[in-house]
Amino acid sequence: MKSIDIDRRNAIKLTGLSIAFLWSATSGTARAAMNARRQSSDAAAAAADGNPPFAPNAFIRIDADGSVRLVMPSVEMGQGIYTGACMMLAEELGVGLGQIKVEHSPPNEQLYANPFIGGQITGGSTSTRGQYQVLREAGAVARTLLVQAAAERWQVDPAPCTAAQGVVSHAPSGRKLTFAALAKSAGALPMPAKVTLKDPKDFTLIGKPLRRVDSADKIKGATQFGIDVRLPGMKVATVRACPTFGGRLVGVDERRARAIAGVIDVIRLDNAVAVVGEHFWAAKQGLEALDILWDPGDNAELTTSELRGALASAMANGVSIVAREEGKRPADGKLIEALYQSPMLAHAPMEPLNTTVSVTAEKCEIWVGTQVPTRCVAAAAKITGLPPEKIVLHNQYLGGGFGRRLESDSVEQAVRFAKQVKYPVKIVWTREEDIRHDIVRPMYHDKISAVLGTDGRPVWFGDRITGGTVLGRWAPMAMGKNGLDGDLVECAAQTPYELPNVKVEWIRHDMPDGLLVGWWRGVGPTHNLFVVESFMDELAHAAGKDPLEYRRALLQKNPRALALLNLAAEKIGWNQGALPPRVGRGIALGEPFGSHVCLIVEAEVTAQGEVRLRRAVVALDCGIPINPSSIEAQVQGGVIFGLSAALYSGITIKKGAIEQSNFHDYRSLRINEAPLIEVHCVQSKQPPGGLGEVGTAIAAPALGNAIFAASGVRLRSLPVERRLLAQSAAALKQVAANPVGERGSMV
Amino acid sequence: MVLLRVNGEQHAADVPADMPLLWVLRDVLGLTGTKFGCGIAQCGACTVHLDGRAVRSCVLPVSAVGEKAITTIEAVGSTASGRKIQKAWLDVDVVQCGYCQSGQIMSAAALLASAPNPTDADIDAAMSGNICRCGTYVRIRAAIKQAATGKAEILQAVAPEGAA
Repeated sequence: MKSIDIDRRNAIKLTGLSIAFLWSATSGTARAAMNARRQSSDAAAAAADGNPPFAPNAFIRIDADGSVRLVMPSVEMGQGIYTGACMMLAEELGVGLGQIKVEHSPPNEQLYANPFIGGQITGGSTSTRGQYQVLREAGAVARTLLVQAAAERWQVDPAPCTAAQGVVSHAPSGRKLTFAALAKSAGALPMPAKVTLKDPKDFTLIGKPLRRVDSADKIKGATQFGIDVRLPGMKVATVRACPTFGGRLVGVDERRARAIAGVIDVIRLDNAVAVVGEHFWAAKQGLEALDILWDPGDNAELTTSELRGALASAMANGVSIVAREEGKRPADGKLIEALYQSPMLAHAPMEPLNTTVSVTAEKCEIWVGTQVPTRCVAAAAKITGLPPEKIVLHNQYLGGGFGRRLESDSVEQAVRFAKQVKYPVKIVWTREEDIRHDIVRPMYHDKISAVLGTDGRPVWFGDRITGGTVLGRWAPMAMGKNGLDGDLVECAAQTPYELPNVKVEWIRHDMPDGLLVGWWRGVGPTHNLFVVESFMDELAHAAGKDPLEYRRALLQKNPRALALLNLAAEKIGWNQGALPPRVGRGIALGEPFGSHVCLIVEAEVTAQGEVRLRRAVVALDCGIPINPSSIEAQVQGGVIFGLSAALYSGITIKKGAIEQSNFHDYRSLRINEAPLIEVHCVQSKQPPGGLGEVGTAIAAPALGNAIFAASGVRLRSLPVERRLLAQSAAALKQVAANPVGERGSMV
Repeated sequence: MVLLRVNGEQHAADVPADMPLLWVLRDVLGLTGTKFGCGIAQCGACTVHLDGRAVRSCVLPVSAVGEKAITTIEAVGSTASGRKIQKAWLDVDVVQCGYCQSGQIMSAAALLASAPNPTDADIDAAMSGNICRCGTYVRIRAAIKQAATGKAEILQAVAPEGAA
């Protein structure tokens, strides 16, 4: 049993984003204040909330009829956080998941900031980590007040009263009262000085594999995503921005577009043009009929190889920021060095970017699925000149995020367009626009090295990471004092292994103006784990050791990671029996986002160099498991996202523009290519770790190591280059003669 | 003016003959359960049934529909295979973001109607046109088998109603 002192918390002031420190749990004060905060005394806010008689904090509303509405501080983009957050609240409140309704939270930093990030931001695999305590405490506050209201009504000691399934019971007398009957009197009580959280052994929801709260609507097509918003008088637009980064719109001949039935308007920004129609088809036909003149600007001739060359040069000559340095590189031993390259990546969420906006002289209303609602509000206020309280943002279910919806660029563009028209407009990007104007994952160029002692163990580990910063643009205040981007070195500066002498450094080399780089699922760890864990495999082979045994030897002081390595090895049957020819297994181990994970991939590399994924086994320690069903789903999905990128994805640039445009040239793993993925989650009492990005971050190195085991070819660059994997030139010719086509077209 | 039979109801729509069925459904008839993902029949998010057969509505000109009966995600639950698939989707808890799932369910329902006991190869053939960026493939495969056999395939999520 744990008592929480509430009064102390009320005294702590919340300062919102100014205390933000991304990916670092320094802002416990925000959590504490948010936790105990009662609903705003603002009458308008209460009315917007439906004037619930009982609203003890930002997350819980109980109506007079006993309906329980839970307000979700994070957004739901597939990761299952609505279900997880409901479980944390409902566990302490005493209701079943079948008894609650969920609501998207409005933009409000004070009420809904995630204390782990210090903002109302859904990202960085922080939702459960940041809110496990907060939401349970919020539920406990509500339950305490309901119990107190019942005890006062019955004139009994509240201690033996319990709350479950929306009913408060007094066991000694057998009396019961529903939350509906108690809501009004509970709402009139002062905040309790203390609340008691449930002992985890008494959990009835947390730890159970519960079904998602959002499935029932999603399987019927009834869930409203941003793209599904329909308003009276609304028109639909689609956009083309200058294909060249940083380019400008010079002029548009719109005569042919205007002649198309259903086209209503052609509107312009300094770098983009939109056609508005009665429906998307008219808008798209209109857009294609435009004759547009662009000024491509400074990046007119930019190519990927030019960017890669600049990175290589920075790596050779640039000044580094040291992330970790311990000991010195020994003079003796076997030096091993390798160069690893990672590509730019697009997000390609299934729901293309879209925003619906209505701008009038008094108000700007926005309907969008976003990971950063308050940032969107601030941007819209700036663009419209309206005060922030006149910007009303209605968040929606997100058809995938993966970091793309941590940006507000498409919302800003939509507001700029919508300002020019007198009707609500839904702006929908085509898939081509979505990929060509992604804010891509940066490209990296890393030189990694080790010195092996006589026993084959590393006596030195060095990693010279080169690339641009996302954090430096997105949250510059979160950069380290020495200019270090902490995300960029995550899972390189710290590894699970015992490494006596280490130097991990970063050479900052930003992309040219106009080429923005952004968060992509797994962020720093996705990039670093590919490099570090591929290299660990190289070291094992250089030392003449089995990759499993080699890692085991380096994990003797890390029992949590060692246990996972052993579990994954046992489940896949490592070294138990011979594998077929050109089939291999690859291990990757990592500690991203506060979780611990080991993935073993089994893959076949055909004589022609095609990679077939046969099986994947994950051993996971994510702290106390909230919902084992969600955990399995997140890890399976994350692994597929990472394997998909490693096998097929890479954004390249020609003439200053992204060359890829749709799922035919920005490939995604399909069901016929996806392996079976077993997830083995260990029981733990540790605080929850992150999950949304863990599977993705660990995928590529396990694949690369499996490919090496199967083919003897070490891939140090992504995506996988099949030509390098062909057994012979003759086999490769066979591929050229019979290319494997895209599947998918049915009509 | 195009006449369409959608989910058992007749509709008249004043739209161009070359307008893809997807946009007639979404922007004219207001049936937003069918999704736009790529516009070039690469992702399957827009899958609907024409006389029970799965088609990609984003590249199907509305004039090519003719007399055929259109079924969308909103009404697929009124077909025997659609009902079984939706139930299995819930039991296995397939969905994540859910955006592609309308299309996945339409493809799976058409498969089950034509192959009551689909093999892995049948599932690959019928479902490989539907991309899921959340990566729900393991559960999609399990749910299709479960819909066919009634036998629990993988970790079964528990109905929330029974809890707490």
